[in-house]
Formats: sequence, C-alpha cells, structure tokens
Amino acid sequence: MDAKEIYERLNKVFRDVFDDDDITVKAETTANDIEDWDSLEHITLMSAVQKEFKVKFTMGEIASMKNVGEMVQIIEQRAK
Amino acid sequence: MKELEYPFDSDYIIKKRKSLRRMLLADGRDRLRKKIAVFGGSTTNDIVVYLELFLLDRGIEPEFYQSEYNQYWQDAMYPSEELINFSPDIVYIHTTSRNIVNYPSVSDSKEQVGEKLRTEYLKFEQIWDKITETYHCPIIQNNFEMPFYRLMGNKDCSDYRGRSNFVSRLNRLFYEYAEKNEGFYINDINFISASYGLRRWSDPSYWNMYKYAMCTEAIPEFSFNLSNIIKSVFGRNKKALALDLDNTLWGGVVGDDGVDGIQIGQETGVSQSYYEFQSYVKQLKDIGVILTICSKNDYENAIAGLNHPEGALRPEDFIIIKANWENKDRNIIETANELNIFPDAIVFADDNPAEREIVRAQVQGVAVPQMDSVENYIMNIDRSGYFEVTNFSTDDIKRNEMYKANAERAAQQASFSDYGEYLLSLDMKAVIDDFIPVYIQRITQLTNKSNQFNVTTKRYTSSEMESVYRSDEYIRLYGKLTDKFGDNGVVSVVIGKIDGVILNIDLWIMSCRVLKRDMELAMLDRLVERSRQRGIKIIRGYYYPTAKNKMVRELFKSFGFAKTDEDSDGNTVWELKTDGYANKNNVITVEDNSSLTN
Repeated sequence: MDAKEIYERLNKVFRDVFDDDDITVKAETTANDIEDWDSLEHITLMSAVQKEFKVKFTMGEIASMKNVGEMVQIIEQRAK
Repeated sequence: MKELEYPFDSDYIIKKRKSLRRMLLADGRDRLRKKIAVFGGSTTNDIVVYLELFLLDRGIEPEFYQSEYNQYWQDAMYPSEELINFSPDIVYIHTTSRNIVNYPSVSDSKEQVGEKLRTEYLKFEQIWDKITETYHCPIIQNNFEMPFYRLMGNKDCSDYRGRSNFVSRLNRLFYEYAEKNEGFYINDINFISASYGLRRWSDPSYWNMYKYAMCTEAIPEFSFNLSNIIKSVFGRNKKALALDLDNTLWGGVVGDDGVDGIQIGQETGVSQSYYEFQSYVKQLKDIGVILTICSKNDYENAIAGLNHPEGALRPEDFIIIKANWENKDRNIIETANELNIFPDAIVFADDNPAEREIVRAQVQGVAVPQMDSVENYIMNIDRSGYFEVTNFSTDDIKRNEMYKANAERAAQQASFSDYGEYLLSLDMKAVIDDFIPVYIQRITQLTNKSNQFNVTTKRYTSSEMESVYRSDEYIRLYGKLTDKFGDNGVVSVVIGKIDGVILNIDLWIMSCRVLKRDMELAMLDRLVERSRQRGIKIIRGYYYPTAKNKMVRELFKSFGFAKTDEDSDGNTVWELKTDGYANKNNVITVEDNSSLTN
C-alpha cells in the first residue's frame, strides 16, 4: 500500500467521522484545521482509522502523533 | 433503521454516528421526549452519543445532562441548580469497577474486608436514596464488571481478599436493593463485558488515555443494552411474537415432508436446535409475550406440526394461528387488529428473507429480527431486547390466558343477536375504587402502555405515581374486571385533580382488551359518586389528540359532557355537572376494595 492509497482511504474515514465531505487531509493537517476535531472526537477518529487499516496503535504512538503525516507513516510501516 | 438493529456493525456505527443521527432527526417521526441525567464515574460522552442513536431509533428523543468527569457522587448528593431545573425523567449512574476505592488487600482480616464492603455499598445506597427523594424518578445503576487482573489467579474469585470476590459480593448487595425497590434497575455491565470479551473490553489504554472504563469499540453494544432498559421503562417494549413454522419452529416443510419428516426433538443436532428454540419461545410466553403463528401452510398441517410429540410448543400456546396462503403482511395486520394492539408492537420471526423484507416494507414499525440459521435464532431475538423485563407483574404472567379468554368471548358473542344480552351473559364483576399498594405497579405500567384509550397520554414514572397516591388533592380510581371466562386484571385508571369544586381529569385510560364492555361507564359512575362525596360540582375532561388515540376523541361526548373549548390542534375541553347525573352502567356488578379481602 503506497502513501497515495493511504491518504485516499484516510480521507474517506475523516469525512465519515466528521460528517463533512469537504475535508481533504494532507500530511501537515492537524486538529487545528478541522473544526470538530476535539479530544473526544479524536478517540472516535483513532478507532475508525485503526479499523480501516486493521492496525492497532500503541498508547505511545497515539500520544506522539503530531499531524496526519505521522499517522500515515505509522500506517505505512504497520499495514505492510 | 436497520443499521441500529441487532446484530449491528459497531464499527460502522462508530464511523457513521454523525450522519446516522442526522438522518434519524430528519425522519419526521413523532417521539417521546425524555430527560436523562447521566452521573459518570468515568467519561460518558460516547455512551451518551450511541445511547441517543438507539433511543431515537426506538421512538424516544432524549435530552441529556452529564455530570463532570467522576462527579457522580457529588452530583447526586449536592445537586446543582442546573440539575434541579433539568428535572430528569430517569437517572443513570455509570460506575464501573474502576470506581471502587476500598478494594481489599491481602493483609486484611475477614472483618476488615466486610467493613470495606459496607463502606463501598453504603456510598451507593446513600446516593440512590437521595436521588429518589430529590427527583422521584427511576434509577438505572451499573453493576460491576470483573476486574481485569486477578492477583491470586483463580483463587481471586473465591477468597475474601480477592478483588473478583469483592466485586461479586458488592454486586449481590446491589441486587438485594433492586429486589426491594421498585423503579431501580441494574444495567448488567458484568454480562455485557463478558459477552464482549473482558480482555478486549478492559484494555487499560482507554482508561489511562481517555478515562473510559471500557474500550470505545465496545460502547455501541453497551449503550444498546442500556437503551433496552430505558425504552422498556417508558413502555416501548414489543408485546407479541408472530412466528413462521417451516424452518423456523421446525426443520423442513410439514406440507411436503409430513409430520414424521420434520426435524424437531432430540434425534440430531439440527432437531435439537429447533427444540431449544421452541423451548425458548415457550419461556417467552411465561414472561407475558403473546405468541401467534403467521405461516403459509394449510391449517391442518400447521396444527399437526405443532402437535409433534417431540416439540416443546403446543397449538394452545398460541392466541392466534394464521396458517393460510395470504400475504404475510396482511396476516400480521389482521393479527394486530384481532389482538387490539398496534402492528409496531409485533416481532415477526421468519427464516425466509423475502417474507421478512415484505413484512418490513409493508408493516410500519414491525420488528423483524435476522433469522439466518437455527442456531442463531435465540441469540438474535434475545439480544434484540424486544421484551426487556423491567416491571414484572402478575398480569404479565397471565396475559396469554387473558387473550385466550378474549378469543372465547368473541365466540360467545357470535351466538347472541342482542349485544346487551351478550354483555349480561358475561356475568361481569368489577372492583372500582381508590388505588391500593398491591396494584400501584400495574397501574403505573398501564399508564405507560396505553396509547389508544387514553385521552391525555400523560405518563407517570413509579415515583410520580407514588406521589399521586400519597396526595389528598386527587380522586383516584382503578378498575379491575372479572367475567365468567376469567380475570382481566386491572384494566382502567382514572386520575382527577381537585381544584375547589372542579375536578380536572389528568388521566383516563383503559386497556383495549375490555373495549365495548361498558367498563368505562362503570368507571364514570364511580367517579361521579366519589366527586359528589368530595363536594365537586363540575368534572372537566380533556382530550389531546395523538397519532394513536382517535378512538376516544368523542369519549366525553358519549358520556354526556358538554364541549366548552377547542383549539386549532383539535385539543378539546369538556364539562359535566355532577348534579342530576344518573348512573349509566347496568351490565357490570361493581364492588369496592373491601370485596378483595373476602
């Protein structure tokens, strides 16, 4: 799975979770860029992303992710 | 909506929760509005999100109050003004074994552990009593799930110093409180966590990162289970189970294979599975679910199949047997009419997906569980929570007998040309009097279940009914009707509030199973009698139209009330002068409470 495919699938997850079809995520996207992305919605997002790519993030990974790009990196390594 | 029916896809619901909510709120359905206060010992945000979806799907529109994180005790004991003004219809306390503070340690003596147990328990008993006193509303309380580690391994469950043992003992104390207190319900998180899988459920990262007491993926299942209790408390349970026969209650097709050829009994794994399902259905009847048959079959073949010696069910377990070649949606609607219930109170169980789709599409609100393979039948019906028991009265146990007696009455009616003669032949006796404690539960249940013969559709929780019962500002009547075919139990309730010389009718309801028996006239006679005793000159009745109560639009008119007001929504006000009223009932012998003890 290449980064392009990951971004496509990730984008779909973001649109579902935030119920907003105008979202397009990029590597530098953070919670500040999406209005509804607060700490509570973050939990839902993490759970939906993990289901989509059939991966499980460790606590350390979730705590240290700074932006969407870092999330994609972890998915790339893990999902193989 | 199908996405929210068991067995639902939790991952899908999690991902789509916002759009599901949007769709539900836009469907234009008329819903019961209820206020739910959630007191949490951990984060409750997602629990409320999914609870809202499931309740909306079941016809209840909730409004929530959530306590701040882990403030359940403080919120209960020292309610804020905001909370008092919110005035909840139900309080839910979401605590888990993460909230137990006084766990035993291995150096504790037996007495010390006993002391800790009391301390933990009393903390809860204190808040339950306080909530009841403050809001007079039902309480739902989680029991405790098993702790996620076992310090002593297997011994943890049997040794008094073990946490697992401690949790079990604490749960037992909760159950004892539940047994003694009406309107107090346990949400069985211990079962749900086990069913989900305790290892995944209690993944500590959710607690440590987000202060959720369970993994968030488990929350849809958890909230669904919780919504079952709430919709049952507010009278949204299903009433009847309509079953197909071939490949539903037995394996094979009785019309083709013959009675000897169908699979039911102890012979094979498949026949045992059908037997187990039949036994389950029979137990549903014991908790008051009305059983009927809806099958494409010749009637004789259906009866022969139900008489199979190895089966658990018998033809007489069913109130109505529709075995014919009509469309099933039509049979379901006829069944509802004959039972005097709404089609949305029926669960239709059929192995054939095509039949399920037709019924689902044609009969609005009917529940259609997935029935894909016999070994899943029980699970799919049971977990759907259609018949969730909250208040279990003796009437529930006897309901099937009562519907059976109704069928016999109908047969008798056919033999009379004059309806009045028929009524006299029923030899009816009623007790109509002020409420007495033994019937309060049934009275409350009836106020929450009656939709058709109900002029105001006012609902009462157990605690509200208790307040009405204790107040002298009301004239209260319940009516219990017996006839030669059996006891119908408590079938009618009237509550009037006294305002000087005027009595305002807050509630007038009657069970539809005693329609056209003049029971409402007997109630009116008694109401006028009691009103006169209290110096009432005018009885004022109100009718508020709903989608379901058209049958009583002209009730007060038929009683001889005069209409005094009507607004553009069709709400009407009626008045009757108590002076000069002459009794109307002459077919029912009416007695009072003292007759019950004789």
